[in-house]
Amino acid sequence: MGAQMTMQTTPEHLEYVLRLGDAALIHGQRLSEWCGHAPVLEEDMAMANMALDLIGQARLLLTHAGKLEGQGRDEDALAFLRHEGQYRNPTLCEMPNTDFAHTIVKAFLLGSFNLLLWERLGGSGDAELAAIAAKSLKEARYHAEHTGDWVIRLGDGTEESHRRAQAALDVLWPYTNELFAPNATDDAVSAAGIGPAWAELAAEWEAAVLPVLKAATLTVPARTPFQSYGKFGRHSEYMGHLLAHMQHLPRSFPGATW
Amino acid sequence: MLTEAQAWQALDAVEDPEIPVVSVTELGIVREVVAEGDALRVVVTPTYSGCPATELIAESIVDALKAAGAGAVTVETRLSPAWSTDWIADDARAKLRAYGIVPPQSAAPGGGQVVRFMSRTLPCPRCGSTRTTRLSEFGSTACKALYRCEDCREPFEYFKPI
Repeated sequence: MGAQMTMQTTPEHLEYVLRLGDAALIHGQRLSEWCGHAPVLEEDMAMANMALDLIGQARLLLTHAGKLEGQGRDEDALAFLRHEGQYRNPTLCEMPNTDFAHTIVKAFLLGSFNLLLWERLGGSGDAELAAIAAKSLKEARYHAEHTGDWVIRLGDGTEESHRRAQAALDVLWPYTNELFAPNATDDAVSAAGIGPAWAELAAEWEAAVLPVLKAATLTVPARTPFQSYGKFGRHSEYMGHLLAHMQHLPRSFPGATW
Repeated sequence: MLTEAQAWQALDAVEDPEIPVVSVTELGIVREVVAEGDALRVVVTPTYSGCPATELIAESIVDALKAAGAGAVTVETRLSPAWSTDWIADDARAKLRAYGIVPPQSAAPGGGQVVRFMSRTLPCPRCGSTRTTRLSEFGSTACKALYRCEDCREPFEYFKPI
């Protein structure tokens, strides 16, 4: 409500908040798939805890997006009742878990990005978004720390753990291009003082990520022109399966509550 | 109907559902109690975005106030300023330790700083040894990390600072 009264909601503002909400939701959904399946009990708990934080953040962000949209959609309508092309998460979030190394490398790349994003969004001109960011920042710090420790442990571990961590980085690295690709939504939101254009965070993100990958004895793949377009609603082949799993219950039993 | 002071007193008895030795007021979750005529408005700040106890806490607050004689009760969530472990009362820290959870040791770190392979010296809540190792940044609930004592070999939890 507050945001609506203090500033005119532009389509770009809504789009930007949806990207944040969907990134948290889909990344959280993927991490939750480890619940009961992680290689050790401690990591099972860690994955579930990070997933909970992310889904909690997604609830706040999607509730806010629903208010900005002003069409009466709540967090559940946005989380569960949209079609694939309406989700705005970067493709990296939906990439499959594959093995523990893939999940750790992905959560580290995303976690380090989120840390920078929440820090900047703490000063957002959208007061609700600033409040969500200040809260999420505290959680993201533990995610980046935990997954960074594990990247080093795996990369600089055994021959097998190094091989798997390197394979994960080789697959996932090209998808980080999308995080920093300039686009009109980011430009408008940045000009309006709502949040940074994600491209502005590229240098700081590399400065945070590269030393950890180096300590992990991993080889950073060369940058290629590859681009993914999840932020624009064009998702990978993995997204439909993820959504089928995630949406099955609320679509089968509309309006069901616990 | 209840006065604000009576309402605070009633809330002192509402336990955290996951750590039932400290109250929601001691944890600093209850930020404000406002009497508006016969009605009460309670402002709470969630600990973690995804804490599953948040909804149960809101229900317990309403139940406790109604049982103490309140009229209408509304619970309002306030996100800003974000909850910090610095708000946990001193008495509650002693209760946490007695319960086997090491209370948050230092002030919550600010900003986006990441301390890798952090080696805090945490005394074991059972035997007092400082030869302890962190097993995971995440414990049985969102707010705790998991440690092990190298002397008595027992695992224990640490209420991590945020």
